[in-house]
Amino acid sequence: MSRLCRFFHTPEAIAGALILALLVMMALAAPLLFPGDPQAIAGPALLPPFQDWSLPLGTDRLGRDVLAELFHGARTSLAVGLAAAAAGLLIGAVVGTLAGFAGGLIDEVLMRITDAFQTVPSFLLALAFVSIVGPSLGVVVAAIALGAWTGPARVARAEVLSIRERDYVAGARVIGMHPLEIAFREVLPNALPPVLALASVIVAAAILTEAALSFLGLGDPNRVTWGGMIAEGRTVLRTAPFLSIVPGIALVLTVLGVYLASEGVVESTAVRRSLS
Amino acid sequence: MTSMLSIRDLSVRYRRDGVAALKGVSLDVETGERLAIIGESGSGKSTLALAIAGLLPRGARVDGRIDWFLPASAGAKAPLSVLPDISPSRGEIGSSVAGALPATAQVGEGGDHSVISPLEREMSDRTEREAKDRQPSALATSHPLLGRDIGFVFQDPSSSLDPVMPVGTQIAEVARTHLGLNWQDAYAKTKTLLERVRLPNTEATLRAYPHQLSGGQKQRVAIAAAITAGPRLLIADEATSALDTIVQAEIVSLIRKLVAEDGMTLLFISHDIALAATLADRIAVLRHGELVELGGTDQVLDAPRHAYTRALLDAHLGLDAKPLLGRRGALA
Amino acid sequence: MTVLAVSNLAKRYRRGGKPFAAVDDVSFEIGAAETLALAGPSGSGKSTIARLVLRLIEPDAGGIDFEGHDFLALSGAALRARRARLQMVFQDPLAAFNPRATVARVLDDPLRIHRLASRAERPLRVAALLERVGLDAGLAQRAIHEISGGQRQRVAIARAIATRPSLIVLDEAVSALDVSVRGQILELLLDLQRQERIAYLFISHDLGVIRAVAHRVVILDAGRVAEIGDARAVIANPQSAIGKALVAATPRLIRNRP
Repeated sequence: MSRLCRFFHTPEAIAGALILALLVMMALAAPLLFPGDPQAIAGPALLPPFQDWSLPLGTDRLGRDVLAELFHGARTSLAVGLAAAAAGLLIGAVVGTLAGFAGGLIDEVLMRITDAFQTVPSFLLALAFVSIVGPSLGVVVAAIALGAWTGPARVARAEVLSIRERDYVAGARVIGMHPLEIAFREVLPNALPPVLALASVIVAAAILTEAALSFLGLGDPNRVTWGGMIAEGRTVLRTAPFLSIVPGIALVLTVLGVYLASEGVVESTAVRRSLS
Repeated sequence: MTSMLSIRDLSVRYRRDGVAALKGVSLDVETGERLAIIGESGSGKSTLALAIAGLLPRGARVDGRIDWFLPASAGAKAPLSVLPDISPSRGEIGSSVAGALPATAQVGEGGDHSVISPLEREMSDRTEREAKDRQPSALATSHPLLGRDIGFVFQDPSSSLDPVMPVGTQIAEVARTHLGLNWQDAYAKTKTLLERVRLPNTEATLRAYPHQLSGGQKQRVAIAAAITAGPRLLIADEATSALDTIVQAEIVSLIRKLVAEDGMTLLFISHDIALAATLADRIAVLRHGELVELGGTDQVLDAPRHAYTRALLDAHLGLDAKPLLGRRGALA
Repeated sequence: MTVLAVSNLAKRYRRGGKPFAAVDDVSFEIGAAETLALAGPSGSGKSTIARLVLRLIEPDAGGIDFEGHDFLALSGAALRARRARLQMVFQDPLAAFNPRATVARVLDDPLRIHRLASRAERPLRVAALLERVGLDAGLAQRAIHEISGGQRQRVAIARAIATRPSLIVLDEAVSALDVSVRGQILELLLDLQRQERIAYLFISHDLGVIRAVAHRVVILDAGRVAEIGDARAVIANPQSAIGKALVAATPRLIRNRP
């Protein structure tokens, strides 16, 4: 509990947490506030915002309620962003810890695999994956994670290489702990802070990648996404810019919120050493 | 002997945890003496050394007085001037030319920041190197300047030396800053200093990086840097605690020699009372931030006034003490 | 009965391209419930020998016999099981533990790994261990960084005795402690030695401490054995150059001078 209190002491954490809370509420409230299909026609096409209070943000080219789409889009973007980042961080942390702790051949092999994935631009990787396997939410998550795990892997490995030499790791060996237990119970939790620092970047990139995939028409066609909304608005950018700007602002806010919150997480998970 | 430094009722409290690191410590340091400050962890001995040197972190609350009575420092850029006796809300630093009583003069015009209490300026968070790099202004010379009037040797030479700069350059930098020498003269002075601290292969050592030297060698470099500008006061804060027995004895003997040759006053901070006794004329014992004993070395060792000092002496495991092995019962 | 027999141990490293011997042809034995000290200046190989004996690093040459069997021949699960009999206490009690650990977890680990107590019994054993080293059983819930240095070192000793070892390696175990605490920890170690019949390999640069607790001492110089014998005798009358230098360098506390 004290860690939670420390988290809420930094202004960044508070701001980030507020923004994220807002977004999560948007996502959760979507089916309650806007029941029914957000892709159903709700009114006349291209209605500007703030004109009709039953359609506060106006309508798009087909007359769909922009606010409803925004709320439902939050669900997809957040879900994909967070799931992909979590998958990427998990895979990266495990691979990095194994490589750093085992050393030798295992380290070489794992690092060369990491190199291979890292040299391909992650967006192209995601693009290729989705094109081949087909667009659906799960596939999009996997596609993004495929490119996202390499950064955490390298950071985790670097941390582990340094932690490996510490006295307490030697102490764990001396009491007869199994190497795998040492790697995952003693070393990995202490290697996490810098890896978690990457979380903000990865979640932000994941959300943006998902938006880009949807923009290109490779997202899940049955779901409303902010990227899809921006794509839709592209053709009427001159006459109805709000169709692209509104989801764009939502994206910016989400990325900002994630960044600020993860700064707070990093601050609060750093273990305080008492100065003697 | 005249007093060089007079500490009255010094109390220090760190912002971090609010615990009083020093509580009302009063003592005088005589010019030319070798004073050892002994204490265990948490006694406040390092805090006292840092307070004297002006190295306490920003936000440390300081109460009490530290008065300096410094003669003009050998090699100083400008002679000392009389500092007005400034009394901010709390804590004061006074200074005067040797022998004279501290004068109460008018504080300068408002806009001049150098007149603001040097105590508050000294309390800012700085590294040893930054402190040495500060250019002394006319009024600032009246307060002892770290690097020029006070030499400080830290416990861990691995962290007190810059790891990415050759050691010769680090010493030369002090010479340039405080003696106003150009690089060529500064390096010449550095070579002399390296010979004085018994580091052979002067040419090679000049270009060596700290990680290429052993612990003892690094500490000799740190000592050389500390005495470059010919300071009046040398403070050694646990300077030998990270070294093994043989190197420790060599460094202590080096310090003894340099202090005698240059006529410096020595403040030797340590947790090892036996080691301090080989070097010091007087011993001060701190416990939980309070001064519990102060006296000549012989008197403190033979007839300590405070029970804590006696306990420290009894707990010392020396080469002549009765071994624990084969004994039953608790150690006295 | 010999608990540990080290013969012709050698460990070589490369420094600046040139090979140098951190440990060179070192041999010694430790009997049951005996304390053998390793003394020497820094760089003499004391810590390297400790790590070799504990098999944290592997020797380039030589043999290590532990409890009558070839210790170097063991590996994997067999080695891990044997480790119960050979434990270690480090110099820096803060670095010796996982920064996120609690006292309970630190003491629970060896009991769990070597299956010395069932899950239900373990908290009782932990409490018993804490009391054995002079700590209050309630300390179990505290985090490692919350307790004092002396308490931490007692916890380290408790962890070391948890598996009933026959030999404990103590690497500068009291060097980082306050003088007033040192004596208590050394008394505790001697008490444990008498009661549990534990041998100690005691590494220290402080001859005074060695003289107080060790039966015999090995003086090392640049990785080689310079002198070996009864601790008090060697320190009173060192024969080797390095032994003499160490004794001469140790500060004397001379009280009641005439």
